[in-house]
Amino acid sequence: MRELMVRAMYCEMLGYEADFVYIHAIKLAQQGTVLEKRVGISIFLKQNMYYLQDLQSTNLIEVCMALTVVSQIFPKDMIPAILPLVEEKLSHPKEIIRRKAVLALYKFYLIAPNQVQHIHGKFRKALCDKDPGVMMSSLHIYLQMIKENPASYKDLTGSFVTILRQVVGGKLPLDFNYHSVPAPWLQIQLLRILSLLGREDQSMSELMYDVLDESLRRAEMNHNITYAILYECVKAIYTIHPKAELLEKAARCIGNFVLSPKINLKYLGLKALTYVVQHDANLALQHQMTIIECLDHSDLIIKRETLELLFRITNAQNVTIIVEKMLGFLRLCNDDYTIIDLVGKVAELAEKYPFTIWFIQTMNVVFSLGGDLMQPDLPSNFLRLFADGSESEEQDRQLKLYAVDSYLAVLKGDCSHLPQRFLQVISWVLGEYSCLKEDVDQQEVIRLLKKLLEQRGVSSETRSWALSALTKLCKGPGYAELALELAESLSSSLDTVLRQQAHELCLLSQDSQLHARVLPHPAPSDNLEVDSSLSFLDGFVSDALAAGAAPYKPPHQRQEELSQQRALSLEPYGLSLPVTMSSCTLTDRQSPTFLSMSSDLSVLCVCSANTLMLEGVKRVWGKDGYIPQKEPSLTPAAVDEPSDVVQSPDQQGAAETSLPEPEPEPPQLDQEKQQLASSLFVGLGSQNSMSLLGKTEVAVPRFRRKARQHESASTSGTSESSSNSSHSSRSTTDSFLYGGLLEEEPATPIQNSYHTLNSTSENEGAATVSAKEDKQANSSQILGKSIVSQRNCSKSLPVAFPHSSDSMVLQLPSELQELPHSDVVSLTSDPHLSVSCCRVFREDALLLVLLLFNPTETALRDVAVELSCEEPLMLNTEEYGKLWLSISNDVKQNLKLLTGGGDPLRATLNALKDSLQLHIVDIIGSEGIVACHLLRGGPCLMHCRVHGASLAVWLRSPLPSLPDCLLYHCQRALQEH
Amino acid sequence: MQFMLLFSRQGKLRLQKWYVPLSDKEKKKITRELVQTVLARKPKMCSFLEWRDLKIVYKRYASLYFCCAIEDQDNELITLEIIHRYVELLDKYFGSVCELDIIFNFEKAYFILDEFLLGGEAQETSKKNVLKAIEQADLLQEVNYSLSLSLPHAVFMV
Repeated sequence: MRELMVRAMYCEMLGYEADFVYIHAIKLAQQGTVLEKRVGISIFLKQNMYYLQDLQSTNLIEVCMALTVVSQIFPKDMIPAILPLVEEKLSHPKEIIRRKAVLALYKFYLIAPNQVQHIHGKFRKALCDKDPGVMMSSLHIYLQMIKENPASYKDLTGSFVTILRQVVGGKLPLDFNYHSVPAPWLQIQLLRILSLLGREDQSMSELMYDVLDESLRRAEMNHNITYAILYECVKAIYTIHPKAELLEKAARCIGNFVLSPKINLKYLGLKALTYVVQHDANLALQHQMTIIECLDHSDLIIKRETLELLFRITNAQNVTIIVEKMLGFLRLCNDDYTIIDLVGKVAELAEKYPFTIWFIQTMNVVFSLGGDLMQPDLPSNFLRLFADGSESEEQDRQLKLYAVDSYLAVLKGDCSHLPQRFLQVISWVLGEYSCLKEDVDQQEVIRLLKKLLEQRGVSSETRSWALSALTKLCKGPGYAELALELAESLSSSLDTVLRQQAHELCLLSQDSQLHARVLPHPAPSDNLEVDSSLSFLDGFVSDALAAGAAPYKPPHQRQEELSQQRALSLEPYGLSLPVTMSSCTLTDRQSPTFLSMSSDLSVLCVCSANTLMLEGVKRVWGKDGYIPQKEPSLTPAAVDEPSDVVQSPDQQGAAETSLPEPEPEPPQLDQEKQQLASSLFVGLGSQNSMSLLGKTEVAVPRFRRKARQHESASTSGTSESSSNSSHSSRSTTDSFLYGGLLEEEPATPIQNSYHTLNSTSENEGAATVSAKEDKQANSSQILGKSIVSQRNCSKSLPVAFPHSSDSMVLQLPSELQELPHSDVVSLTSDPHLSVSCCRVFREDALLLVLLLFNPTETALRDVAVELSCEEPLMLNTEEYGKLWLSISNDVKQNLKLLTGGGDPLRATLNALKDSLQLHIVDIIGSEGIVACHLLRGGPCLMHCRVHGASLAVWLRSPLPSLPDCLLYHCQRALQEH
Repeated sequence: MQFMLLFSRQGKLRLQKWYVPLSDKEKKKITRELVQTVLARKPKMCSFLEWRDLKIVYKRYASLYFCCAIEDQDNELITLEIIHRYVELLDKYFGSVCELDIIFNFEKAYFILDEFLLGGEAQETSKKNVLKAIEQADLLQEVNYSLSLSLPHAVFMV
């Protein structure tokens, strides 16, 4: 067995897989004699597992081996199991065990620092161990910990200094000497720790000066190991708070390094110099000649280090020559890592001194050498600098002309070997600035770009850059033909981005006005704002919804619904498509057979299955959201990648063309559709209200930002309907309000307030449930590219707002007659008073006109109308619990707790109950549960807990916007108290 | 220290020790790359190399290359001395070590390395102590071995 193991091990060493022997190795290691253990252990060093046994052994060597294995690469999750045993070994009588245990802990610290946090005290003990070996091992841990957090170990500086002094003074046993230098490893470790502790800390540094001086003095023997110590010393001296005397000595030391004939020392000298010139650039001057020599050294590593040094001492005078040297090195170099690094550095230098022809030249070389390896932000930085330009107009122009010239020259040559990034930069610059140059024929530029576009081996990203450059250039009627040709050839391209751009090009070249607006010249340098909430599409969406389209749902919700459906298992034939709510709502009303039919249809066909007359309604929302149609530039840019487009600098050029370009038709089209929809749905409204409500609510998340605005601005009675109405059919809103009115009106208390009717109706602008349908506003916003729409919803309506008009004859006031309005419907009447209602659609609002008719002789003094949509939901605790679990929309928030005597929770909840008509289900200890529901809508559950001085409220409701709305009113109610 | 490799002038790997977790594939790739780079260097060149974000310190002893990877802040010279000390240890243990010693007694070479470096850090720098530890372990192994050999015999005899 052992023989076989050894062979397996050899196989493993040679790089072959021998995993299958591991298990045998474990067996061997566990049962066998020491020899077998050793064989077993070495074979699966990387798999190491159960050494618990060995760690507990009394045999010194077995313990040693176990610790050795433990401090190899050890699996993280095994640490807790083994940690106590290792910890125990820290107080083992034998120093070799202690030392290994400390190193094992160091390894654990590296793997999982938080798991060994509790034994920091033991580390200190190890530091004070009487055996220097153990102390030395503990330094590894301290170095690591001090690296992470120097501040918390400052108190140890004194001890470290003492230790170093002892070491340097030769107080350690001779065993520790290495080539008659006392414990060099220990010294270096200590020096590193000290430099970390003394960094930017004068008081700490002062403690060290003496010992550093002594180290420098002692390390004079001519051996590698003393150089190692010297090097570390120098680094420490330059890291800590400076002291002139020491700096001088250190500088001399560096001189010795640099001048040394030994190449290793020279390298280290350069490295030290690189480190030092940050503090003192003059030092480099002393060694000018050596540096120059090193620059032409045959060893690339030396050269590389010299360039690094030069990079640090660059200034306005020498930048040209240094960059030249660096580029020279770049040409020779073939290591990717170095290229990336150097290219970055050259670009950094060049960008410090832009606006010169030299800058352009350098960057050109950088792009062609660095190629596609370089950091992706380099080209975009360059373009930004280039576009921003300098202060001097003329210089700027010169520069741009130069760039255009040079790029034209590049393109005229063979550009098949050029890196893609370079080609992209060229395309952008040509597209943007080639028109500055009068003497160059635009046709020529276009020809070159076209050549680039058709060239083989050009990536599609580059193609799209080139194409957008072409789009910029193709203005005016002269290019229509060319544009058409291009668009045609690309319209069958496999790349959708290219196809889209080709289409845009085609449209833009026909309409020069649009061209000028979409691609203004020069390109605006400030960032384009992108409306990621897509509010400019709201109008479109709401029309589509009004026309009966199914609302958009985020994928997770669809998943949820899908799983719900599965649980119901209503369908005999499982449908793999997510079935939307609309078909769910159908289940309530339709027969099962109809359901199976309608659910087989895709989302939108449900509408037609619904037997509503919806011809001409387009398929707008699909499985993954909006289905782009007709306006390719409007939707893909905005819907698919709203943030990507502008944020990623790579695509900036593309973004400029693909940003929303409205087409003239949509607004009109929308209005037509809107009218069609409203006329279609007027009669259907009330019977449809439930299902439509359910659907429209679901659509809210997408437009949440906007919906919230309404909610915060409107009152409890109106907020729900307003958020509905902003994206659903008006009929829904209406019928919903109807419901509210019908139920609430009889209960209307006639209060003693001093509003006169007319004035209120004027002041309040009537009951404005601002159902905004601002198509026109949308389109103009898009054009202006300031897409973030600010809606003025600041008007806050009171909970009760009376408004009415003189109603002897049931007729609307004249100023409202012009507007589209519904029939006047009588809501309620008794001998004293009859109330009618009428809805008026204004452009920016839905007016709700209440007509009061007073047949009696007595004068009607004051009227207060209370619109309310919510009412207490009577539940017991158990039902509440069930309902709570079945609802998924969560909102959490902290509310103010009323502190007016008694139980604050009870007081607060009662206050809420009084003002908001909530039902307090139960109060248990410091927690309370409350419920309410919309008149025709879903419930809203509220879970409150006293949390310090505030009330943590957790709301759940199937309607996403209801909790927010309720919360708002809770806040207001509590404020009023 | 991240890892240590020993390879011959022909590019054959003789010993490898990794102190950071890497997949076998990566290890192979790194080894191949490094062996190529180091072998291509001329004898008079600097013993340090920049490779990826690591620093490679290598030294050639006879036909064997000893090669260590350290982080950028680490001291290159002291790493050279670590290599040197390891060679000294091998030399002392085997008595004028040669490549064949390491090939045939690779486990000893590993043991010595483990005794000298633990978790990538120098653990015991004294030559005497390292060798003492190794000898003790060897002795224990011998004793156990002879015991285990004699035990079946004894049973058989009875």
